[in-house]
Amino acid sequence: MSQPKIRVRALKKAFGSKVVLDGVDLDVEQGTALVVVGGSGTGKSVLIKSILGLVTPDAGMIEIDGEDVLKASPARARELRGQIGMLFQNGALFDSLPVWENVTFGLLAQKRIRRREARDKAVEILAQVGLGADVAKLSPSELSGGMQKRVALARAIAAEPAIMFFDEPTTGLDPIMGAVIDELIVHCVKKLGSSSIAITHDMASAQRIGDNAAMLYQGKVTWAGPARELLTTTNPVVEQFTHGRAEGPIQMALRR
Amino acid sequence: MNRLLDLVALLGAAVLGFVGYIGEVSLFALSGLSHIFRPPYYPRLVGKAFMDIGYFSLPVVALTALFTGMVLALQSYTGFSRFGAESAIASVVVLSVTRELGPVLAGLMVSGRAGAAMAAELGTMRVTDQIDALSTLSTEPMKYLVAPRLLAGIIALPLLVVLADILGVAGGYIVATEKLGFAPGTYLSSTFSNFEAQDVISGLIKAAVFGFVIALMGCFNGYRSKGGAQGVGTATTTAVVSASILILALDYVLTQLLFVK
Ligand SMILES: Nc1ncnc2c1ncn2[C@@H]1O[C@H](COP(=O)(O)OP(=O)(O)OP(=O)(O)O)[C@@H](O)[C@H]1O
Ligand SMILES: [Mg+2]
Repeated sequence: MSQPKIRVRALKKAFGSKVVLDGVDLDVEQGTALVVVGGSGTGKSVLIKSILGLVTPDAGMIEIDGEDVLKASPARARELRGQIGMLFQNGALFDSLPVWENVTFGLLAQKRIRRREARDKAVEILAQVGLGADVAKLSPSELSGGMQKRVALARAIAAEPAIMFFDEPTTGLDPIMGAVIDELIVHCVKKLGSSSIAITHDMASAQRIGDNAAMLYQGKVTWAGPARELLTTTNPVVEQFTHGRAEGPIQMALRR
Repeated sequence: MNRLLDLVALLGAAVLGFVGYIGEVSLFALSGLSHIFRPPYYPRLVGKAFMDIGYFSLPVVALTALFTGMVLALQSYTGFSRFGAESAIASVVVLSVTRELGPVLAGLMVSGRAGAAMAAELGTMRVTDQIDALSTLSTEPMKYLVAPRLLAGIIALPLLVVLADILGVAGGYIVATEKLGFAPGTYLSSTFSNFEAQDVISGLIKAAVFGFVIALMGCFNGYRSKGGAQGVGTATTTAVVSASILILALDYVLTQLLFVK
């Protein structure tokens, strides 16, 4: 088997006395999509932010293309992580810039396009996420939440990155738009041959996007397997989660 | 005895915390400054920051300087007329405005306006993940957000202070000639004979330092803010209060360095 695009081993992170990640192991094979599921506050966002270098883990190993980014020189780590395009959970659009500049921000920063081409390029990418050319000149605050999410998605995929992270890409979208976005993600990942990690709470979405799935629970990956087995596995934690039952090993109400 | 030890421990912790804070601010400042000199450069952002700090502060700095010059003339007249030393008014106005009041008052006003706005903007960007987003889009946040603001602060404040100096002296002139009955010619010649290029230049050096401090405190507190809207509010307050105190303290230090020989 070829080398995984991303390999995470024994990753640990605590905030003060609160342990969030307690030894996470994870593989993303080249050109595949991994969906990460798990309850609210189990550290899914912290996990991908650690891979991105936005959160510094306490211990463990994160390999991209077989190189440990935590041990690499800052310049090399930046280079490795530079392959990652990220859709933030809340969009994180730059509200001082119009939509078109948001979408082409990475391309402009890498000098892959010129400023006067940027608007047309933005319109092109926006069309892929189902947004019209009229949106390009608006400011992010003039958009609905769902539109912001799609602009953020457009920004994340604009540079056609080799690795894509999607933090809850379909939360806040109507079911149809959710399905459209899922399709788009699948299309992008397949077309570019990218490897991706998507965080989601939506089981239908997980089925559509994911090749593989991992369930994060109490700081560890308690279950990992093919995404389609999410709904059929007998693992009690996964079962309770996917069927959304209040009774079971996961005690939401009793958690601090 | 135990209480005493507790007190010492508390004091020690406070001192350590303070030293650590100074260290963090210094590292932040060095990193920000070093990014000014390394490409890529963002002239557009420097221009925008310059407009925010300099251009939009013009009215408030102008009014402050004008009224301060006017009050200064009025007050020194009251004092000096007791000794029959009214003729010293022009020199008092020009000296205090160019050496002290121009830079310090402009610094305090700009800190309240632009420093607060910087902290609020960067703070909001921090808590909404926009700063993190920058670094995932091949952009170094310190270079993109902090360096242009530091540079703009260093350039804008001296220019504002030139204006403040002129208007402060003009305020004194207006009150002296219109209200206190000085002959315009006498007052002006007395102003110019007391006018020292050295004073103005020292005042502008102060201004550049204050501009740096304002931008630094605005950026540092905004950049480090956490905890949602409340955190941004705290960052804004801290930015203005710490910049104001630093301006007054550094004014003393710089006066000592520049004027006391
Ligand atoms: N910067 C931080 N400082 C302190 N605690 C943090 C920080 N970031 C995250 N946490 C804590 O880490 C835990 C995991 O957060 P995270 O955002 O990863 O959850 P999540 O799994 O993404 O949840 P959700 O599905 O609601 O987005 C939370 O309990 C949160 O309080
Ligand atoms: Mg999250």
